[in-house]
Amino acid sequence: MSDQEVDKGKRGFLIGATGVVGGIAAAATAVPFAGSMLPSERAKAAGAPVEADISQLAPGEMQIVEWRGKPVWIVNRTKEMLEGIKKSDGQVSDPKSEVPLQPEYAKNEYRSIRPEIAVIEGVCSHLGCSPQFKSVEAKGEMGAEWNGGFFCPCHGSKFDFAGRVFSGSPAPVNLKVPPYKFVGDNKVIIGDDSKGA
Amino acid sequence: MVSPSVKRFMRGLALAALLIPAAVQANEGMRLQSAPINSHDVASLQNGAKLFVNYCLNCHSAGYMRYNRLQDLGLTEQQIRDNLIFTGVKVGELMKVAMDKKDAKEWFGAPPPDLTVITRSRSSGAGSGADWVYNYLRGFYRDSSRPTGWNNLVFENVGMPHVLWQLSGQNTLEKKEFGRHEEAEAAFIASKTLSRLEKVNADGGNGKTSTRYVLSSIVPGRGTLSSVEYDKAVVDLVNYLDYMGEPARLQRRQIGIYALLALGLLFIFAFALKKAYWKDVH
Amino acid sequence: MAAADKQPVTITSAGPLNGVASGLLTWVDQRFPLMSMWRDHLSEYYAPKNFNFWYFFGALSLFVLVLQITTGIFLTMNYKPDATQAFASVEYIMRDVWGGWFIRYMHSTGASAFFICVYLHMFRGLMYGSYRKPRELIWIFGMLIYLCLMAEAFFGYLLPWGQMSYWGAQVIVNLFGSVPFIGEDLSVWIRGDYVVSDATLNRFFAFHVIAVPLVLLGLVAAHILALHEVGSNNPDGVEIKAHKDAAGHPLDGIPFHPYYTVKDLMGVSVFLIVFSIIMFFMPEGGGYFLEYNNFIPADPLKTPPHIAPVWYFTPFYSILRAVPPMFNSQFPGVIAMGVSTLIFFLLPWLDRSPVKSIRYKGPLFRAALTTFVIVFLILGYLGTEPTNVWGQFGAWLGNADRATVVARIGTAIYFLFFLLMPWYSKIDKCKPEPGRVTW
Repeated sequence: MSDQEVDKGKRGFLIGATGVVGGIAAAATAVPFAGSMLPSERAKAAGAPVEADISQLAPGEMQIVEWRGKPVWIVNRTKEMLEGIKKSDGQVSDPKSEVPLQPEYAKNEYRSIRPEIAVIEGVCSHLGCSPQFKSVEAKGEMGAEWNGGFFCPCHGSKFDFAGRVFSGSPAPVNLKVPPYKFVGDNKVIIGDDSKGA
Repeated sequence: MVSPSVKRFMRGLALAALLIPAAVQANEGMRLQSAPINSHDVASLQNGAKLFVNYCLNCHSAGYMRYNRLQDLGLTEQQIRDNLIFTGVKVGELMKVAMDKKDAKEWFGAPPPDLTVITRSRSSGAGSGADWVYNYLRGFYRDSSRPTGWNNLVFENVGMPHVLWQLSGQNTLEKKEFGRHEEAEAAFIASKTLSRLEKVNADGGNGKTSTRYVLSSIVPGRGTLSSVEYDKAVVDLVNYLDYMGEPARLQRRQIGIYALLALGLLFIFAFALKKAYWKDVH
Repeated sequence: MAAADKQPVTITSAGPLNGVASGLLTWVDQRFPLMSMWRDHLSEYYAPKNFNFWYFFGALSLFVLVLQITTGIFLTMNYKPDATQAFASVEYIMRDVWGGWFIRYMHSTGASAFFICVYLHMFRGLMYGSYRKPRELIWIFGMLIYLCLMAEAFFGYLLPWGQMSYWGAQVIVNLFGSVPFIGEDLSVWIRGDYVVSDATLNRFFAFHVIAVPLVLLGLVAAHILALHEVGSNNPDGVEIKAHKDAAGHPLDGIPFHPYYTVKDLMGVSVFLIVFSIIMFFMPEGGGYFLEYNNFIPADPLKTPPHIAPVWYFTPFYSILRAVPPMFNSQFPGVIAMGVSTLIFFLLPWLDRSPVKSIRYKGPLFRAALTTFVIVFLILGYLGTEPTNVWGQFGAWLGNADRATVVARIGTAIYFLFFLLMPWYSKIDKCKPEPGRVTW
């Protein structure tokens, strides 16, 4: 019957139309639910940028600051330490920091804004342990080729003073450099690299 | 086409509903003036935030409200930091206070309550919570019999001193007695400041009890703000408290409009779909 | 039923994914009774064609159950069931969790919507005799669902840890304290402490989040299975299975899918409009859905001047208050309150009318039901107010609170509705039932 044909067409259209509107309504309703799982204001506040005062940080020394639950190393690198980095160029897997683990301003030979101040996340890129500071004097335990850097006790990964991973380490990539900026000579803000106050 | 059962139900419901007004008579206490707050008035909200942080946040906490939420009021984080944070905490922190609860109890009799949702908690049949706080903050008057030197027309024997006294001046209370209810009502309506009308059954001697009507009114003092200016300041503060009680309110209503539009559209299609199928059913 | 007995079902449909989809469905159907369930409960479940407005509320109740479980899961992600953190965690959800206020309001509005739908659903049963043979078990499962729902709401209400939460729980648990001999120990055992405290909060959280929802889901499944076993009632109260066509389908029946799936979809959209008006524009519900006092954190040392249960419990609360203390005990009132809820279970056996539906019942039953509804509403209203809300009678009635007298009369009428039913339903002058359904 022609009536049936029209009906089926009309029904089909209405099923489709209702389905689409209903689907959109359902998707819109799902938004607050899924969104509620994003970091809350409390999480964001706890993860807020951290200020570090480096006025007392002597050359060759390291300061550790907590940001987003992770240790962040601030190292005052001496001339020798900077030269040690240059010497390690041939021994590291990613000397030019091709893998994007640092902000643009840290994609240079010392992986930092200022050569003398290193800001590196102290989390081994292998399985997350916190590596230890090993100066060039630790040649005894680290080997004759050691030019200074960090050693991870968990599985033996080695990093130089720019956080670059040595070839042969279990760790696959360099250590992460967080976003940061200087405020004056003595303050570093970790977690914020915006321009202006 | 309403089924007879629905008609019956509605009749019964209407009958029951007739009984409800009887209950309204029983509502005692203060008649609250309506707080003329405008939740869209950003300037008012900002002024209110300033008053809150300066006058209230020393004793009362707003422990569920974060400073950086005040960006809702058109302020930048830096403006909040510079003008509204006196404790040196980060802008993402909650508005807590240092006052120890035990000390507070000793000094004031009861610890000053947290004010984050105070306007939500003070709603009643007499008016919204904002109305209550609006009347409360204009209801303080000098009372030397109280330890703080202040009493309040809305909250009798309150432990809180009149923190805004410098702005309002030393308000006092004036009482007038009336024999007849109509006179008292007329005076109450005519009164320009916050007032309270009470019925008192007094002993008229000779074993007779007489009913008298007492009208208590606030007499404004002389502060740094005029009566009208003080009122406006209180409106701003109450506006802010009302906002702080539910910062998402305006957004909620806006989304509600969209939701109703979408659901209306869904209904139109669902109804048409139903009709298309049910055409076959006889 | 052995797999060999099953007829292979050919699933066909037009469309590009036709082959894949129907292949997958066949694979599943050979291992799981998917298509037979689809047929038995949807596409070939024949329901009476004359369902009216009152028949929406079962499906709507199910819909609200889904809403409550979904919003409940997401609330649990951020709620802290600890007396020192609970209140703050609710405000945290309202402010600091993205979309948190949406989820919270949906859950609080849903709680009240659930009871509105369930009460209207039950009222349909009262009107059309849906509890009569052979549907007694459906009614019993339904009543058990109602009891679980009351428990669920009671446990859930403590969780925000406001003044009303705390003191409402304190009062209700103290009711158990009025049980003779074991009352005190029973209350301590329920609370896990000498007063409502963190221990109570934690266990009520466990009950509310997992124990009662699981029982509810099981009971809802049983309720629907029992319904589908005997078939739905209808506004005329006549059995559609009495007249079948050549294929064995009831003449007055239509397949649930697509007719009632499509009609319920429409019903859901209307429901959501009303629901959204409340949720987005008046979530506090005038203080009935979110009570004002509950915005004050629980204070064990400060009793609010006026404690009342949430609106959906108030008729029974009224009955509790109406019964005066007897033998120095509040227990008779507690018994009366309990019986007032449980007496509904007996309806299938109290109603002796020859007809099921109010459409064909006589004036006695109609008057009784109308009176019962009015009394239920009055008792419900009185339960939200203090007993002095209507003032006092004069000395001639001992200065009794008017509201209390009305509540006592109401309680008597409430019980008489049930207790006298075997009598008035029998002597009532009923009208002849039709053979086939009418609109």
